[in-house]
Amino acid sequence: MNSFWLHPSLLFILGSLLIPLIPARAKRFYLLLVPFLVFARVITMSKGTFGELNFLEWTLIFGRVDALSQVFGYIMSLMAILGTLYGLHVKQDGQHIAAWVYVGGSIGAIYAGDFLTLFLFWEIMAFSSVFLVWYRGRKESLWAGYRYLLVHVAGGLALLGGMVMHCTAAGSWEFTQLDVQNPTPATWLILVGFILNAAVPPLHAWLPDAYGEATFNGSVFLCAFTTKTAVYALCRGFPGMDILVPLGVIMALYGVVYAVLENDCRRLLAYHIISQVGYMVAGVGLGTQMAINGACAHAFAHILYKGLLFMGCGAVLHMTGESKFTELGGLWKKMPWTFVFTLIGGLSISAFPLFSGFVSKSMIVAAGFEEHKLWVGFLLMLASAGTFLHTGLKVPYFIWFGKNQPRKETFDRATEPPWNMNVAMAIASVLCIFIGCYTPYLYQMLPFPSVAADYAKTVYSSYHISETLQILLFTGLGFFLLLKKLTPEPTISLDMDWFYRIGGRAFSWIARGPVQTLDTFVGELYRYAGLIPLMITARIAGMFDNVVIDGLVDGLASGVRGVGRRFRIAQRGQMQENLALAFGVTALLIIAFIFYWSKS
Amino acid sequence: MKLATLIEFLRARLKLVIRISIAALVLLVLWDTFLVDKEHAHTDAERFWGFWSFFGFFGCVAIILASKWFGHSGIMKREDYYDE
Repeated sequence: MNSFWLHPSLLFILGSLLIPLIPARAKRFYLLLVPFLVFARVITMSKGTFGELNFLEWTLIFGRVDALSQVFGYIMSLMAILGTLYGLHVKQDGQHIAAWVYVGGSIGAIYAGDFLTLFLFWEIMAFSSVFLVWYRGRKESLWAGYRYLLVHVAGGLALLGGMVMHCTAAGSWEFTQLDVQNPTPATWLILVGFILNAAVPPLHAWLPDAYGEATFNGSVFLCAFTTKTAVYALCRGFPGMDILVPLGVIMALYGVVYAVLENDCRRLLAYHIISQVGYMVAGVGLGTQMAINGACAHAFAHILYKGLLFMGCGAVLHMTGESKFTELGGLWKKMPWTFVFTLIGGLSISAFPLFSGFVSKSMIVAAGFEEHKLWVGFLLMLASAGTFLHTGLKVPYFIWFGKNQPRKETFDRATEPPWNMNVAMAIASVLCIFIGCYTPYLYQMLPFPSVAADYAKTVYSSYHISETLQILLFTGLGFFLLLKKLTPEPTISLDMDWFYRIGGRAFSWIARGPVQTLDTFVGELYRYAGLIPLMITARIAGMFDNVVIDGLVDGLASGVRGVGRRFRIAQRGQMQENLALAFGVTALLIIAFIFYWSKS
Repeated sequence: MKLATLIEFLRARLKLVIRISIAALVLLVLWDTFLVDKEHAHTDAERFWGFWSFFGFFGCVAIILASKWFGHSGIMKREDYYDE
């Protein structure tokens, strides 16, 4: 079958390059047009394998469109519309370019059918998203960005190493389910690369570090794509990998514990990404059809409500310049709508009945109970209580109510955000409620729709509603009774980034201290013990040289020069040829990809 | 601005709001005890009246106390901790 296949990432990546050329009057229109085109392209793609490209002896597959990739492609392109709308008034073109290339990388990784293509887009994501941190322009964001990049480069190397080992052994670069029952070192390396992007402890500290430091709209993008692309990759490669179950449960609780301690609202939300992705990772580890459905559904719902929460807190940061609970409070008079939108995000993440989390999260918990892993079910339930405690209660309470009063200039500055931010939040809110109320919308998209349709019959059973409401409302009671204990403190919490932040400092201390002292010492030693005797020897050698060697050497040198000249003409310039070939192939690959209308 | 008026209205009647909330909690437990079909419960413990209420409340208290203990055991540092 011959057909034209346009890669949705291409629209984003090419479209981003044109942003600086678009006149200012048409820019807002253009910024909305491209994400809409991508979304339209994604929802009209038929299933199958497209965009195959033979490169050297490998076959690259740019378009594997199936149920699993479609559910992620759908929600990511939808989120790209909302994220762009939210930041529509941002004047820096660079931010829009970075965001679009980042989304393009993410969507490219989702549709990649082989490891090489996956890796290509995986790295595009890391190197473009870091700009969303750097554009904040603070000294702290510069360093946070570098740390983010370093960690992701390390993860990328693990992934690349694992891929090369795996594909050499398997004889194919195709990215399919790996043998999770008998993992090889290659499997483990690939897993490390994936779970680093999924922010599984202890490889998670980059996430709150970077997401708390990014621009107000950058975090809206960041929170949606990196971890969820990793969840997709895990769903594809590692369903049923046992170790992911305990790792996921630990994640779910780890994020909750750190959220109690956190004073910065966006870092708190970042810790809750870790917690929520924990549900998905556990779902992948359980590996049943219900659990994989749950992981996908929760990723879908999560992208929307977490995006919404980051929009709400981003709006507060954008309008007041503050994101710390100790500097905020009592904003309900100034930003009531932002409060309502954030609350809807909070109720969705907490899985309140009629909100999106209720129909997605419970699928994973139910899969755990069904597999008779009671501890998984109960511990994930406990994490649900923690989720409501922080995102549903702590965030809204300490920003919009609470006893804290912000400084007068912060309070005076606070007002509702521009219309585009409000509209983006409103659409996300409506979608969160729509998903919770009308289950077929999401359930029909899942990889195993019939299993999901069965589950849909019980999701709104009285038992499930009663169970959830009891946990959440009594968590609320606990919150208000222990409110004093929860009063935010102006502190930061040490996390795994301590090791490389202090480790880096130790390295530079060693370089500056002991190594430099040693260097000076050796220099001095050399001067006294080496240089003075050397000068004496040199003088003697010089005399010998003048008399004996010169005659001999002059003849030799002219001989060598002559041979060299002849060689230079004969040489084929291998180095340059290789370089030219490498550049040529890369350019060809890019051109082929850019103007890619391929045969399926 | 109507939204802010509504919030103000509720804040002015905080005691009433609290009473309604407590009544809702009591009703919820009563509903769970007498009316909810517990056939789908995963374990026997869940058939105990208001099981998930206790779970939610004590879970919440445990999370707060354990996390704060953990934080104050040396994890929470001054904000300029990493500054040189």
